[in-house]
Amino acid sequence: MTTVLDPTSESRAEQRELVARPESLDGLTIGLLDISKPRGDVFLDRVEERLTSMGASVNRYIKPTFAKPAPVDLRHEIATSCDAVIEALAD
Amino acid sequence: MSGMSSSAPLPDGLVAVVKQDCPTCVLVAPVLVDLADRSSITTITQDEATFPAAADWVVHDADLALSWHNDIVTVPTLLKVENGRPTERIEGWWREKWEAFTGVADLGADLPDWRPGCGSLSVDPNLAHELAVRFSGSAMTSRRIEIASLEDEWEAMHDRNYSDGLPVVPPTEARVLRMLEGTTRHADEVVAIAPPDLVECTVEKIAINAVMAGCKPEYLPVVIAAVEAVCSDEFNMHGVLATTMDVGPILIVNGPIRNEIGMNSGGNVLGQGNRANSTIGRAVQLIIRNIGGGQPGGVDRSAHGSPHKLGLAFAEDEEGSPWDSFAQSRGFTAEQSTVTVWCGGGPTIMVDQLSRTPDSLVRHFAKSLLTNVAPRMAMMETVLVIGPEHMSRFHDAGWDRARFIEELESHLTIQTDDIMRGVDGIDEGAAPEMAGRVVPKFWPGGIHVIHAGGQTGLFSMAFGGWIPPPKGSVCTTKEITR
Repeated sequence: MTTVLDPTSESRAEQRELVARPESLDGLTIGLLDISKPRGDVFLDRVEERLTSMGASVNRYIKPTFAKPAPVDLRHEIATSCDAVIEALAD
Repeated sequence: MSGMSSSAPLPDGLVAVVKQDCPTCVLVAPVLVDLADRSSITTITQDEATFPAAADWVVHDADLALSWHNDIVTVPTLLKVENGRPTERIEGWWREKWEAFTGVADLGADLPDWRPGCGSLSVDPNLAHELAVRFSGSAMTSRRIEIASLEDEWEAMHDRNYSDGLPVVPPTEARVLRMLEGTTRHADEVVAIAPPDLVECTVEKIAINAVMAGCKPEYLPVVIAAVEAVCSDEFNMHGVLATTMDVGPILIVNGPIRNEIGMNSGGNVLGQGNRANSTIGRAVQLIIRNIGGGQPGGVDRSAHGSPHKLGLAFAEDEEGSPWDSFAQSRGFTAEQSTVTVWCGGGPTIMVDQLSRTPDSLVRHFAKSLLTNVAPRMAMMETVLVIGPEHMSRFHDAGWDRARFIEELESHLTIQTDDIMRGVDGIDEGAAPEMAGRVVPKFWPGGIHVIHAGGQTGLFSMAFGGWIPPPKGSVCTTKEITR
Protein backbone atom coordinates (compact mmCIF):
# COMPACT_ATOMS: atom_id res chain seq x y z
CA MET A 1 0.00 0.00 0.00
CA THR A 2 1.23 3.48 -0.90
CA THR A 3 0.32 6.57 1.07
CA VAL A 4 0.33 9.89 -0.75
CA LEU A 5 -0.37 13.43 0.41
CA ASP A 6 -3.48 15.25 -0.75
CA PRO A 7 -2.42 17.82 -3.40
CA THR A 8 -5.65 19.84 -3.13
CA SER A 9 -6.73 22.58 -0.73
CA GLU A 10 -8.87 19.96 1.06
CA SER A 11 -11.73 22.45 1.11
CA ARG A 12 -15.23 21.87 -0.13
CA ALA A 13 -17.49 24.46 -1.70
CA GLU A 14 -20.17 25.70 0.66
CA GLN A 15 -23.67 24.72 -0.45
CA ARG A 16 -26.16 27.57 -0.37
CA GLU A 17 -29.91 27.46 -0.92
CA LEU A 18 -31.12 29.55 -3.83
CA VAL A 19 -33.44 32.39 -2.89
CA ALA A 20 -37.05 31.49 -3.68
CA ARG A 21 -38.11 32.55 -7.18
CA PRO A 22 -40.35 35.67 -6.96
CA GLU A 23 -44.00 35.17 -7.94
CA SER A 24 -44.02 38.54 -9.65
CA LEU A 25 -41.59 41.30 -10.51
CA ASP A 26 -44.04 43.95 -9.40
CA GLY A 27 -42.36 46.32 -6.96
CA LEU A 28 -39.07 44.44 -6.94
CA THR A 29 -35.66 46.03 -7.46
CA ILE A 30 -33.64 44.22 -10.11
CA GLY A 31 -29.89 44.81 -10.46
CA LEU A 32 -28.44 44.71 -13.96
CA LEU A 33 -24.69 44.08 -13.90
CA ASP A 34 -22.81 44.98 -17.04
CA ILE A 35 -19.46 43.15 -16.97
CA SER A 36 -18.13 45.83 -19.39
CA LYS A 37 -17.84 43.62 -22.45
CA PRO A 38 -18.62 45.41 -25.74
CA ARG A 39 -22.37 45.69 -26.44
CA GLY A 40 -23.37 44.35 -23.05
CA ASP A 41 -25.08 47.71 -22.58
CA VAL A 42 -27.18 47.16 -25.72
CA PHE A 43 -28.50 43.93 -24.30
CA LEU A 44 -29.08 45.35 -20.82
CA ASP A 45 -30.85 48.49 -22.13
CA ARG A 46 -33.46 46.20 -23.70
CA VAL A 47 -33.72 44.06 -20.59
CA GLU A 48 -34.26 47.21 -18.52
CA GLU A 49 -37.11 48.31 -20.82
CA ARG A 50 -38.82 44.96 -20.45
CA LEU A 51 -38.38 44.82 -16.66
CA THR A 52 -39.63 48.38 -16.13
CA SER A 53 -42.73 47.65 -18.21
CA MET A 54 -43.40 44.68 -15.91
CA GLY A 55 -43.43 46.90 -12.81
CA ALA A 56 -39.90 46.37 -11.54
CA SER A 57 -37.46 49.11 -10.74
CA VAL A 58 -33.96 48.66 -12.09
CA ASN A 59 -30.52 49.53 -10.72
CA ARG A 60 -27.66 49.51 -13.22
CA TYR A 61 -24.13 48.43 -12.27
CA ILE A 62 -20.93 48.00 -14.20
CA LYS A 63 -17.75 46.06 -13.43
CA PRO A 64 -14.48 48.02 -13.80
CA THR A 65 -13.14 45.23 -16.05
CA PHE A 66 -14.64 42.06 -17.45
CA ALA A 67 -11.28 40.35 -16.86
CA LYS A 68 -11.57 40.22 -13.08
CA PRO A 69 -14.22 39.13 -10.60
CA ALA A 70 -16.56 41.93 -9.51
CA PRO A 71 -15.08 43.87 -6.57
CA VAL A 72 -16.35 42.85 -3.13
CA ASP A 73 -17.87 46.28 -2.49
CA LEU A 74 -19.86 46.11 -5.71
CA ARG A 75 -21.14 42.63 -4.90
CA HIS A 76 -22.13 43.82 -1.44
CA GLU A 77 -23.95 46.85 -2.80
CA ILE A 78 -25.93 44.71 -5.24
CA ALA A 79 -26.76 42.13 -2.59
CA THR A 80 -28.02 44.71 -0.12
CA SER A 81 -30.01 46.90 -2.50
CA CYS A 82 -31.53 44.47 -5.00
CA ASP A 83 -34.01 41.61 -4.83
CA ALA A 84 -32.46 39.87 -7.84
CA VAL A 85 -29.61 40.44 -10.27
CA ILE A 86 -29.07 39.76 -13.95
CA GLU A 87 -25.47 39.67 -15.20
CA ALA A 88 -24.78 40.22 -18.87
CA LEU A 89 -22.04 38.60 -20.90
CA ALA A 90 -21.79 39.94 -24.40
CA ASP A 91 -19.39 40.53 -27.25
CA MET B 1 18.14 13.78 11.93
CA SER B 2 16.44 12.06 14.81
CA GLY B 3 17.12 14.25 17.79
CA MET B 4 17.80 11.18 19.92
CA SER B 5 14.36 9.69 20.15
CA SER B 6 13.80 7.59 23.23
CA SER B 7 12.19 4.79 21.27
CA ALA B 8 15.35 2.80 20.51
CA PRO B 9 17.44 2.15 23.62
CA LEU B 10 20.85 0.57 23.12
CA PRO B 11 22.37 -2.09 25.36
CA ASP B 12 24.60 -0.50 28.00
CA GLY B 13 28.36 -0.81 27.73
CA LEU B 14 30.48 -0.87 24.62
CA VAL B 15 28.60 -0.90 21.30
CA ALA B 16 29.90 -0.98 17.73
CA VAL B 17 27.79 -0.15 14.68
CA VAL B 18 28.96 -1.71 11.40
CA LYS B 19 27.91 -2.90 7.97
CA GLN B 20 29.52 -5.62 5.89
CA ASP B 21 29.42 -3.42 2.79
CA CYS B 22 32.24 -1.28 4.24
CA PRO B 23 35.89 -2.23 3.79
CA THR B 24 36.87 -0.60 7.08
CA CYS B 25 34.21 -2.63 8.95
CA VAL B 26 35.49 -5.81 7.27
CA LEU B 27 39.02 -4.77 8.28
CA VAL B 28 38.05 -4.36 11.95
CA ALA B 29 35.84 -7.50 12.10
CA PRO B 30 38.62 -9.53 13.82
CA VAL B 31 39.05 -6.69 16.34
CA LEU B 32 35.34 -6.87 17.23
CA VAL B 33 35.61 -10.64 17.71
CA ASP B 34 38.70 -10.06 19.85
CA LEU B 35 36.83 -7.46 21.96
CA ALA B 36 33.91 -9.88 22.42
CA ASP B 37 36.39 -12.53 23.66
CA ARG B 38 38.58 -10.37 25.86
CA SER B 39 36.05 -7.77 27.02
CA SER B 40 32.38 -7.22 26.31
CA ILE B 41 30.81 -5.61 23.25
CA THR B 42 27.52 -5.51 21.40
CA THR B 43 27.89 -5.16 17.65
CA ILE B 44 24.98 -3.74 15.68
CA THR B 45 25.08 -4.75 12.04
CA GLN B 46 23.14 -2.79 9.46
CA ASP B 47 23.16 -5.18 6.52
CA GLU B 48 24.32 -8.80 7.00
CA ALA B 49 22.72 -10.38 10.10
CA THR B 50 25.78 -12.55 10.81
CA PHE B 51 28.46 -9.92 10.31
CA PRO B 52 31.04 -9.97 11.85
CA ALA B 53 29.96 -13.29 13.42
CA ALA B 54 26.91 -15.44 14.05
CA ALA B 55 26.89 -14.77 17.78
CA ASP B 56 24.65 -13.55 20.57
CA TRP B 57 26.62 -10.28 20.80
CA VAL B 58 25.65 -9.38 17.23
CA VAL B 59 22.32 -7.56 16.78
CA HIS B 60 20.81 -7.06 13.33
CA ASP B 61 19.42 -3.52 12.88
CA ALA B 62 17.25 -4.67 10.01
CA ASP B 63 14.94 -1.63 9.93
CA LEU B 64 17.83 0.72 10.84
CA ALA B 65 15.84 2.05 13.79
CA LEU B 66 18.78 1.79 16.19
CA SER B 67 21.13 3.49 13.75
CA TRP B 68 18.67 6.24 12.82
CA HIS B 69 17.55 7.08 16.35
CA ASN B 70 21.12 7.22 17.62
CA ASP B 71 22.38 9.48 14.83
CA ILE B 72 24.90 7.05 13.37
CA VAL B 73 26.44 8.73 10.33
CA THR B 74 29.61 6.64 9.92
CA VAL B 75 30.44 2.94 10.23
CA PRO B 76 32.22 1.67 12.15
CA THR B 77 31.17 3.81 15.12
CA LEU B 78 32.15 2.82 18.64
CA LEU B 79 29.76 3.97 21.38
CA LYS B 80 29.80 4.02 25.15
CA VAL B 81 26.20 3.56 26.30
CA GLU B 82 24.65 4.35 29.67
CA ASN B 83 20.96 3.87 30.43
CA GLY B 84 20.34 3.07 26.76
CA ARG B 85 21.87 6.34 25.49
CA PRO B 86 25.28 6.91 23.88
CA THR B 87 27.54 9.10 26.01
CA GLU B 88 30.68 9.00 23.89
CA ARG B 89 31.49 7.93 20.34
CA ILE B 90 34.40 7.57 17.92
CA GLU B 91 34.18 6.93 14.19
CA GLY B 92 36.32 4.93 11.78
CA TRP B 93 39.32 2.78 12.79
CA TRP B 94 42.13 4.37 14.77
CA ARG B 95 44.01 1.83 16.86
CA GLU B 96 45.30 4.24 19.47
CA LYS B 97 41.85 5.74 20.06
CA TRP B 98 40.10 2.36 20.06
CA GLU B 99 42.51 1.08 22.70
CA ALA B 100 41.95 4.16 24.87
CA PHE B 101 38.18 4.04 24.31
CA THR B 102 37.81 0.34 25.15
CA GLY B 103 40.59 0.04 27.71
CA VAL B 104 41.81 -3.05 25.84
CA ALA B 105 45.43 -3.11 24.68
CA ASP B 106 47.01 -4.61 21.55
CA LEU B 107 43.99 -4.30 19.25
CA GLY B 108 44.40 -5.29 15.59
CA ALA B 109 48.15 -5.55 15.66
CA ASP B 110 48.35 -6.46 11.96
CA LEU B 111 45.98 -3.70 10.86
CA PRO B 112 47.03 -0.27 9.60
CA ASP B 113 47.01 2.40 12.29
CA TRP B 114 44.14 4.33 10.83
CA ARG B 115 41.34 3.96 8.27
CA PRO B 116 38.34 6.25 7.74
CA GLY B 117 34.90 4.69 7.94
CA CYS B 118 32.04 4.57 5.44
CA GLY B 119 28.62 6.17 5.40
CA SER B 120 25.98 4.65 7.65
CA LEU B 121 23.07 3.02 5.80
CA SER B 122 20.74 5.19 7.88
CA VAL B 123 22.02 8.31 6.10
CA ASP B 124 22.09 6.75 2.62
CA PRO B 125 20.43 9.32 0.34
CA ASN B 126 18.20 6.60 -1.07
CA LEU B 127 16.88 5.68 2.37
CA ALA B 128 17.18 8.74 4.58
CA HIS B 129 13.81 10.28 3.69
CA GLU B 130 11.93 7.00 4.04
CA LEU B 131 13.51 6.55 7.47
CA ALA B 132 12.73 10.12 8.49
CA VAL B 133 9.06 9.57 7.63
CA ARG B 134 9.01 6.16 9.30
CA PHE B 135 10.70 7.11 12.54
CA SER B 136 10.07 10.79 13.16
CA GLY B 137 6.55 11.07 11.84
CA SER B 138 6.45 14.12 9.64
CA ALA B 139 5.30 17.59 10.49
CA MET B 140 3.30 17.70 7.29
CA THR B 141 -0.38 18.26 7.81
CA SER B 142 -1.92 17.31 4.46
CA ARG B 143 -4.50 14.55 4.44
CA ARG B 144 -2.98 11.11 3.90
CA ILE B 145 -4.52 9.18 1.03
CA GLU B 146 -4.01 5.46 1.10
CA ILE B 147 -3.79 3.76 -2.25
CA ALA B 148 -4.73 0.12 -1.92
CA SER B 149 -2.14 -2.49 -2.87
CA LEU B 150 -4.29 -3.75 -5.76
CA GLU B 151 -4.58 -0.24 -7.15
CA ASP B 152 -1.92 1.12 -9.50
CA GLU B 153 -0.61 4.26 -7.80
CA TRP B 154 -0.07 6.07 -11.09
CA GLU B 155 -3.58 5.30 -12.27
CA ALA B 156 -4.91 6.29 -8.85
CA MET B 157 -3.60 9.83 -9.32
CA HIS B 158 -5.62 10.15 -12.53
CA ASP B 159 -8.69 8.51 -11.02
CA ARG B 160 -8.73 11.05 -8.19
CA ASN B 161 -8.58 13.94 -10.66
CA TYR B 162 -5.16 15.22 -9.59
CA SER B 163 -3.58 15.20 -13.05
CA ASP B 164 -3.34 17.55 -16.01
CA GLY B 165 -3.69 14.49 -18.24
CA LEU B 166 -0.07 13.36 -18.12
CA PRO B 167 1.26 10.96 -15.48
CA VAL B 168 2.08 12.63 -12.17
CA VAL B 169 4.63 11.34 -9.67
CA PRO B 170 2.74 9.99 -6.62
CA PRO B 171 3.55 12.45 -3.80
CA THR B 172 4.61 10.10 -1.03
CA GLU B 173 5.67 11.62 2.27
CA ALA B 174 9.30 10.75 1.60
CA ARG B 175 9.26 12.45 -1.80
CA VAL B 176 7.58 15.57 -0.41
CA LEU B 177 10.02 15.67 2.51
CA ARG B 178 12.89 15.52 0.03
CA MET B 179 11.26 18.29 -2.03
CA LEU B 180 10.93 20.50 1.04
CA GLU B 181 14.70 20.38 1.47
CA GLY B 182 14.86 22.63 -1.59
CA THR B 183 13.71 25.60 0.47
CA THR B 184 14.45 27.11 3.87
CA ARG B 185 10.80 28.07 4.25
CA HIS B 186 8.62 26.18 6.69
CA ALA B 187 6.13 23.71 5.29
CA ASP B 188 3.21 25.53 6.91
CA GLU B 189 4.14 28.98 5.60
CA VAL B 190 1.37 30.49 3.49
CA VAL B 191 2.91 31.68 0.23
CA ALA B 192 -0.18 33.01 -1.49
CA ILE B 193 -3.94 32.92 -1.69
CA ALA B 194 -4.54 30.74 -4.71
CA PRO B 195 -7.19 31.69 -7.24
CA PRO B 196 -9.83 30.95 -8.24
CA ASP B 197 -11.02 29.40 -4.96
CA LEU B 198 -8.96 31.91 -2.94
CA VAL B 199 -7.52 29.28 -0.61
CA GLU B 200 -4.30 29.39 1.36
CA CYS B 201 -1.42 27.95 -0.60
CA THR B 202 1.27 26.62 1.76
CA VAL B 203 4.85 25.61 1.01
CA GLU B 204 3.79 22.02 1.77
CA LYS B 205 0.98 22.05 -0.80
CA ILE B 206 3.31 23.63 -3.36
CA ALA B 207 5.92 20.93 -2.64
CA ILE B 208 3.34 18.17 -3.11
CA ASN B 209 2.40 19.48 -6.53
CA ALA B 210 6.05 20.08 -7.44
CA VAL B 211 6.72 16.40 -6.73
CA MET B 212 3.78 15.47 -8.94
CA ALA B 213 5.07 17.67 -11.77
CA GLY B 214 8.45 15.93 -11.68
CA CYS B 215 10.49 18.77 -10.15
CA LYS B 216 13.77 18.28 -8.32
CA PRO B 217 14.06 19.91 -4.88
CA GLU B 218 16.38 22.60 -6.19
CA TYR B 219 13.59 23.83 -8.50
CA LEU B 220 11.24 24.47 -5.59
CA PRO B 221 12.33 28.08 -4.90
CA VAL B 222 11.54 28.95 -8.53
CA VAL B 223 8.10 27.35 -8.25
CA ILE B 224 7.38 29.17 -4.97
CA ALA B 225 8.37 32.56 -6.42
CA ALA B 226 6.29 31.88 -9.53
CA VAL B 227 3.27 30.97 -7.39
CA GLU B 228 3.67 34.25 -5.49
CA ALA B 229 3.70 36.07 -8.81
CA VAL B 230 0.74 34.34 -10.49
CA CYS B 231 -1.38 34.65 -7.35
CA SER B 232 -0.86 38.42 -7.12
CA ASP B 233 -3.77 40.74 -7.78
CA GLU B 234 -1.78 42.32 -10.60
CA PHE B 235 -1.29 39.07 -12.49
CA ASN B 236 -5.00 38.27 -12.14
CA MET B 237 -4.86 34.48 -12.42
CA HIS B 238 -8.63 34.24 -12.04
CA GLY B 239 -9.10 36.24 -15.21
CA VAL B 240 -6.29 34.39 -17.00
CA LEU B 241 -8.15 31.16 -16.30
CA ALA B 242 -11.64 32.41 -16.99
CA THR B 243 -10.94 34.02 -20.34
CA THR B 244 -12.05 32.17 -23.44
CA MET B 245 -8.74 33.10 -25.10
CA ASP B 246 -5.79 30.71 -25.33
CA VAL B 247 -3.58 32.27 -22.67
CA GLY B 248 -1.76 30.96 -19.63
CA PRO B 249 1.14 31.93 -17.39
CA ILE B 250 4.54 31.95 -19.10
CA LEU B 251 7.56 31.85 -16.78
CA ILE B 252 10.87 33.51 -17.67
CA VAL B 253 13.80 32.82 -15.35
CA ASN B 254 16.83 35.09 -14.97
CA GLY B 255 19.93 35.20 -12.81
CA PRO B 256 22.32 32.65 -11.32
CA ILE B 257 19.69 30.02 -10.51
CA ARG B 258 19.19 29.31 -14.24
CA ASN B 259 22.57 27.63 -14.42
CA GLU B 260 22.51 26.22 -10.88
CA ILE B 261 19.45 24.12 -11.69
CA GLY B 262 20.38 23.48 -15.32
CA MET B 263 17.64 25.37 -17.13
CA ASN B 264 17.73 25.57 -20.88
CA SER B 265 18.10 28.91 -22.65
CA GLY B 266 19.57 27.49 -25.86
CA GLY B 267 18.43 25.06 -28.52
CA ASN B 268 14.76 24.03 -28.28
CA VAL B 269 14.34 26.56 -25.47
CA LEU B 270 10.56 26.64 -25.79
CA GLY B 271 10.31 22.91 -26.43
CA GLN B 272 10.75 19.62 -24.65
CA GLY B 273 13.87 17.93 -23.36
CA ASN B 274 14.98 19.86 -20.27
CA ARG B 275 13.64 18.69 -16.93
CA ALA B 276 13.68 22.07 -15.17
CA ASN B 277 12.01 23.90 -18.06
CA SER B 278 9.42 21.17 -18.47
CA THR B 279 8.47 20.67 -14.83
CA ILE B 280 8.59 24.14 -13.25
CA GLY B 281 5.85 25.56 -15.45
CA ARG B 282 3.88 22.36 -15.07
CA ALA B 283 4.10 22.57 -11.28
CA VAL B 284 2.60 26.07 -11.33
CA GLN B 285 -0.28 24.86 -13.50
CA LEU B 286 -0.90 21.85 -11.23
CA ILE B 287 -0.93 24.19 -8.22
CA ILE B 288 -3.59 26.41 -9.80
CA ARG B 289 -5.54 23.28 -10.75
CA ASN B 290 -5.28 21.28 -7.55
CA ILE B 291 -4.92 23.93 -4.84
CA GLY B 292 -6.67 26.88 -6.48
CA GLY B 293 -9.34 24.67 -8.01
CA GLY B 294 -9.04 26.14 -11.51
CA GLN B 295 -9.81 23.33 -13.91
CA PRO B 296 -10.69 23.21 -17.61
CA GLY B 297 -14.47 23.23 -17.93
CA GLY B 298 -14.69 24.86 -14.50
CA VAL B 299 -13.34 28.37 -14.07
CA ASP B 300 -10.93 27.67 -16.97
CA ARG B 301 -13.20 28.54 -19.91
CA SER B 302 -10.59 28.66 -22.68
CA ALA B 303 -12.12 27.92 -26.08
CA HIS B 304 -9.03 26.22 -27.45
CA GLY B 305 -6.38 26.35 -24.77
CA SER B 306 -2.83 25.94 -25.98
CA PRO B 307 -0.10 23.30 -25.67
CA HIS B 308 1.84 25.69 -23.45
CA LYS B 309 -0.91 25.53 -20.81
CA LEU B 310 0.63 22.25 -19.69
CA GLY B 311 3.24 24.64 -18.33
CA LEU B 312 5.90 26.80 -19.93
CA ALA B 313 9.08 27.98 -18.23
CA PHE B 314 12.33 28.94 -19.87
CA ALA B 315 15.52 30.83 -19.11
CA GLU B 316 17.15 33.78 -20.84
CA ASP B 317 20.55 33.26 -22.46
CA GLU B 318 22.22 36.05 -20.50
CA GLU B 319 25.80 34.94 -21.15
CA GLY B 320 25.35 35.10 -24.92
CA SER B 321 23.41 38.34 -24.92
CA PRO B 322 25.01 41.70 -25.72
CA TRP B 323 22.26 43.42 -23.70
CA ASP B 324 21.40 43.75 -20.05
CA SER B 325 19.22 40.84 -18.99
CA PHE B 326 15.45 40.94 -19.13
CA ALA B 327 15.38 41.03 -15.31
CA GLN B 328 17.88 43.91 -15.25
CA SER B 329 15.63 45.81 -17.63
CA ARG B 330 12.94 45.37 -14.98
CA GLY B 331 15.05 46.79 -12.15
CA PHE B 332 16.81 43.73 -10.75
CA THR B 333 20.56 43.10 -10.58
CA ALA B 334 22.52 40.44 -12.46
CA GLU B 335 23.20 38.71 -9.12
CA GLN B 336 19.52 38.34 -8.29
CA SER B 337 17.62 35.28 -9.47
CA THR B 338 14.13 36.14 -10.63
CA VAL B 339 11.10 34.66 -12.25
CA THR B 340 8.83 36.79 -14.40
CA VAL B 341 5.31 35.63 -15.11
CA TRP B 342 3.52 36.95 -18.14
CA CYS B 343 0.11 36.01 -19.46
CA GLY B 344 0.30 34.94 -23.07
CA GLY B 345 -0.92 32.61 -25.76
CA GLY B 346 1.14 30.34 -27.95
CA PRO B 347 4.27 31.55 -29.78
CA THR B 348 4.64 31.99 -33.53
CA ILE B 349 7.86 32.05 -35.48
CA MET B 350 9.34 35.09 -37.22
CA VAL B 351 11.55 33.91 -40.07
CA ASP B 352 14.08 36.27 -41.63
CA GLN B 353 17.12 34.71 -43.26
CA LEU B 354 18.25 37.54 -45.49
CA SER B 355 18.30 40.74 -43.43
CA ARG B 356 21.84 41.87 -42.82
CA THR B 357 21.03 45.18 -41.17
CA PRO B 358 19.12 45.79 -37.96
CA ASP B 359 16.83 48.19 -39.75
CA SER B 360 15.74 45.55 -42.27
CA LEU B 361 15.20 43.02 -39.51
CA VAL B 362 13.02 45.23 -37.28
CA ARG B 363 10.97 46.27 -40.29
CA HIS B 364 10.31 42.61 -41.03
CA PHE B 365 9.60 41.81 -37.39
CA ALA B 366 7.06 44.63 -37.42
CA LYS B 367 5.27 43.16 -40.45
CA SER B 368 4.89 39.90 -38.54
CA LEU B 369 3.91 41.60 -35.32
CA LEU B 370 1.18 43.70 -36.88
CA THR B 371 -0.75 40.45 -37.24
CA ASN B 372 -0.05 39.38 -33.62
CA VAL B 373 -3.28 37.89 -32.20
CA ALA B 374 -5.17 39.49 -35.09
CA PRO B 375 -4.42 42.31 -37.54
CA ARG B 376 -7.35 44.29 -36.18
CA MET B 377 -6.13 44.22 -32.58
CA ALA B 378 -4.22 47.24 -31.24
CA MET B 379 -2.76 48.21 -27.83
CA MET B 380 -1.66 44.62 -27.27
CA GLU B 381 1.31 43.17 -25.40
CA THR B 382 3.93 40.62 -26.48
CA VAL B 383 7.01 38.72 -25.42
CA LEU B 384 9.65 38.41 -28.16
CA VAL B 385 12.27 35.68 -27.92
CA ILE B 386 15.13 36.86 -30.10
CA GLY B 387 17.40 34.08 -31.38
CA PRO B 388 21.20 34.51 -31.17
CA GLU B 389 21.67 34.86 -34.93
CA HIS B 390 19.07 37.59 -35.13
CA MET B 391 20.53 39.25 -32.02
CA SER B 392 23.93 39.46 -33.70
CA ARG B 393 22.43 41.91 -36.24
CA PHE B 394 21.59 44.33 -33.44
CA HIS B 395 24.82 43.68 -31.57
CA ASP B 396 26.93 44.33 -34.68
CA ALA B 397 25.20 47.67 -35.20
CA GLY B 398 25.53 48.66 -31.54
CA TRP B 399 21.80 48.70 -30.82
CA ASP B 400 20.90 48.25 -27.19
CA ARG B 401 17.55 47.11 -25.81
CA ALA B 402 16.09 50.63 -25.71
CA ARG B 403 17.15 51.38 -29.29
CA PHE B 404 15.71 48.09 -30.51
CA ILE B 405 12.33 48.73 -28.92
CA GLU B 406 12.27 52.33 -30.09
CA GLU B 407 13.05 51.36 -33.71
CA LEU B 408 10.58 48.47 -33.63
CA GLU B 409 7.79 50.62 -32.21
CA SER B 410 8.33 53.18 -34.95
CA HIS B 411 7.14 50.55 -37.43
CA LEU B 412 4.25 49.34 -35.28
CA THR B 413 1.78 52.17 -35.57
CA ILE B 414 -1.64 51.56 -37.04
CA GLN B 415 -3.85 54.03 -38.88
CA THR B 416 -7.23 53.23 -37.39
CA ASP B 417 -8.86 53.97 -40.74
CA ASP B 418 -7.10 50.83 -42.02
CA ILE B 419 -8.68 48.64 -39.35
CA MET B 420 -12.17 50.09 -39.08
CA ARG B 421 -15.12 47.75 -39.02
CA GLY B 422 -16.06 46.89 -42.60
CA VAL B 423 -12.73 47.87 -44.17
CA ASP B 424 -11.59 45.24 -46.70
CA GLY B 425 -14.92 43.48 -46.26
CA ILE B 426 -14.10 42.47 -42.69
CA ASP B 427 -16.73 43.10 -40.02
CA GLU B 428 -14.26 43.00 -37.11
CA GLY B 429 -12.45 46.23 -36.42
CA ALA B 430 -12.18 49.48 -34.54
CA ALA B 431 -15.33 51.26 -33.37
CA PRO B 432 -16.50 54.31 -35.39
CA GLU B 433 -15.33 56.77 -32.73
CA MET B 434 -11.75 55.57 -33.35
CA ALA B 435 -11.74 56.92 -36.94
CA GLY B 436 -8.83 59.08 -38.07
CA ARG B 437 -6.44 58.15 -35.29
CA VAL B 438 -3.03 56.55 -35.03
CA VAL B 439 -2.65 53.83 -32.39
CA PRO B 440 0.29 51.61 -31.44
CA LYS B 441 0.05 47.88 -32.06
CA PHE B 442 1.50 47.36 -28.58
CA TRP B 443 0.89 49.69 -25.66
CA PRO B 444 4.01 51.63 -24.52
CA GLY B 445 5.90 49.13 -22.33
CA GLY B 446 4.05 46.24 -23.93
CA ILE B 447 7.02 44.75 -25.77
CA HIS B 448 9.14 42.43 -23.61
CA VAL B 449 12.35 41.14 -25.18
CA ILE B 450 14.24 37.99 -24.18
CA HIS B 451 17.40 36.58 -25.75
CA ALA B 452 17.21 32.79 -26.09
CA GLY B 453 17.35 29.98 -28.60
CA GLY B 454 19.77 27.78 -30.51
CA GLN B 455 23.00 29.14 -31.96
CA THR B 456 21.92 28.34 -35.50
CA GLY B 457 18.73 29.57 -37.13
CA LEU B 458 17.75 33.04 -38.30
CA PHE B 459 14.51 32.92 -36.37
CA SER B 460 12.82 34.64 -33.46
CA MET B 461 9.54 33.92 -31.69
CA ALA B 462 6.64 36.15 -30.73
CA PHE B 463 3.97 35.34 -28.18
CA GLY B 464 0.42 36.55 -28.45
CA GLY B 465 -0.79 38.47 -25.43
CA TRP B 466 -4.05 39.05 -23.60
CA ILE B 467 -5.71 42.13 -22.17
CA PRO B 468 -3.01 44.63 -21.20
CA PRO B 469 -2.85 46.25 -17.79
CA PRO B 470 -4.54 47.55 -15.78
CA LYS B 471 -7.69 45.77 -16.92
CA GLY B 472 -6.16 42.40 -17.72
CA SER B 473 -2.88 41.00 -16.47
CA VAL B 474 0.33 42.75 -15.37
CA CYS B 475 3.68 41.18 -16.21
CA THR B 476 5.08 40.43 -12.73
CA THR B 477 8.64 39.69 -11.57
CA LYS B 478 9.59 38.16 -8.20
CA GLU B 479 13.00 37.54 -6.74
CA ILE B 480 13.74 33.87 -6.09
CA THR B 481 15.01 33.18 -2.58
CA ARG B 482 15.90 29.86 -1.03
